[in-house]
Amino acid sequence: MHNIALKIKKACPEGFVAEKEAFGELTVVVSREHLLTVCRFLLEDPSLDFDLLVDVCSVDFPNESPRFEVVYHFYSLEKNHRLRIKARVPEEDCSIDSVCVFWQSANFMEREVFDMMGISFNGHPDLRRILMPEDYEEGWPLRKDFPVEGRGWRDDFAKLSQDSG
Amino acid sequence: MSMDEVQEEIVRPDHYGDDDFDTDLENGKPKKRVEDMLLNMGPQHPSTHGVLRIVLEMEGEIIVKATPYLGYLHRGVEKLCENSTYTQIIPLTDRLDYTSSMTNNYAFVRTVEKLLQVEIPERAEYVRTIVAEMQRLAGHLFWLGTQSLDIGAMTVFFYTFREREVLLDLFELICGARLTMSYYRVGGLDRDLTPEVVDRLYKFLETFPAKIDEYNTLLQTNRIWLGRTKGVAQISAEDAVNFGLTGPALRGSGVNYDIRKAEPYGVYDKVEWEVPLGKNGDTYDRYWIRVEEMRQSAKIIKQCLDQLPEGSIAVDLPTLTYPPRNKVETDMESLIHHFMIATEGFDVPEGEVYCGTEAPKGELGFYIVSQGGNKPYRLRIRPPSFIHMGAFEHMARGYMISDIITIFGTYDIVMGECDR
Repeated sequence: MHNIALKIKKACPEGFVAEKEAFGELTVVVSREHLLTVCRFLLEDPSLDFDLLVDVCSVDFPNESPRFEVVYHFYSLEKNHRLRIKARVPEEDCSIDSVCVFWQSANFMEREVFDMMGISFNGHPDLRRILMPEDYEEGWPLRKDFPVEGRGWRDDFAKLSQDSG
Repeated sequence: MSMDEVQEEIVRPDHYGDDDFDTDLENGKPKKRVEDMLLNMGPQHPSTHGVLRIVLEMEGEIIVKATPYLGYLHRGVEKLCENSTYTQIIPLTDRLDYTSSMTNNYAFVRTVEKLLQVEIPERAEYVRTIVAEMQRLAGHLFWLGTQSLDIGAMTVFFYTFREREVLLDLFELICGARLTMSYYRVGGLDRDLTPEVVDRLYKFLETFPAKIDEYNTLLQTNRIWLGRTKGVAQISAEDAVNFGLTGPALRGSGVNYDIRKAEPYGVYDKVEWEVPLGKNGDTYDRYWIRVEEMRQSAKIIKQCLDQLPEGSIAVDLPTLTYPPRNKVETDMESLIHHFMIATEGFDVPEGEVYCGTEAPKGELGFYIVSQGGNKPYRLRIRPPSFIHMGAFEHMARGYMISDIITIFGTYDIVMGECDR
């Protein structure tokens, strides 16, 4: 097991779910209930020192349960190592704790995840849509069940079929 | 500061009408008014470099709160990518940060190559580095020109665009396009550098350092430039890291983080160059860093050209790379091969990778989740501009309204990348 994964498992054994190393990248899966404990450890442990939250994003797996996966990428400026943390979020209770308390950069990135995937972040200071209009009601665009061509008033357009010509 | 505190007595000039001032009825003297105002800026504004709307809460001329409203240029690139083959995504990446499309191509193909685990021929790596650094020059020249234009120094714009034009002409020679290049391919490059390009690039590099000095004569000791950039949009190193700034915006605060040094790719570890760092974290330091980076980029290109080895410019994997262009025009099999790669693409193994690349604006990352097949299951773009906008409110608070142009110019944001 990778050194960093071992440390996370030791610090928060109840939150640790799995680890995987592929393509030279380390991924640690944690439970969403213990995300904040793990994040605090990542930031405060001097041997890990993940001070830069590179990215927050989400992936939709409609055929799996829990359905959503929130993915965090971390980088340590001092130690020059990277880490990916993943947590699963079910569709019924589509929420996870916000990490804005540790990294303020999470503010916009979590807003984007909320906007695109519909995952809410508990404790987020300003959870609103960010890229889509604030009154957008057609759903969550990056979910797999959302059509590429969009949804909404365009659906009512008269369409020609091959027979109608 | 409240309205009552600023009620200072001022002398009323004789020619002012009675309507110009509120009169304090008790002692019959005029008083100065300060109003809390909500100002809407954009989405159409010449210096936002795209469509960005900011709602400013003002107390007189002081910015109390600046809330950016994004998304006016949202085209759903991430969703489109999920439905395109890897070859079809390359032109989409051009349209992210359209002032540095070469770097976007580079960042994307590197991520796919990491998934495929292919080694690129040495010449291709050199050419990639050369072209990426040319793009950095073009990007920084664009920033310097527009930032100084926004602040009011018009001449610099003409000077920097003169050199940028030379670079764009070279891009046209290299790949046939000036803005949306699509030059990089998964597994290599579209075509090789011709001897003419190399010659012209050498000639350009001979004169370029003197040109940088020329820009500096216009700016470095210019009182207006100093007054409008020194101490404006200042951010401490700690805050800069916490807000996720990368690239020149982060290095301006003195944090030494450049992916080209931290996790070298291309041939950055085979050439000598330095990472310029700032001290104060203000706009002036970021200006200085971008100017120094241009010198370093010129140095990198020069060394790469000197070391440029002979060889192939794409990996020899017919499942991945296009057949040579001249064969496509004469040979039926090659034409079919070309057609298949353009329409069907190639299969990528299952897995997930994140790969960050040092773009002119900061860390441009791609995160690809693949479940096999020729399309990514999920493609996430980590845009530096979007994340820099997250720090905007923090950096704008407390400055004067006239500084707002400088403050969003300081990150070098492009809305195409910010909104995707």
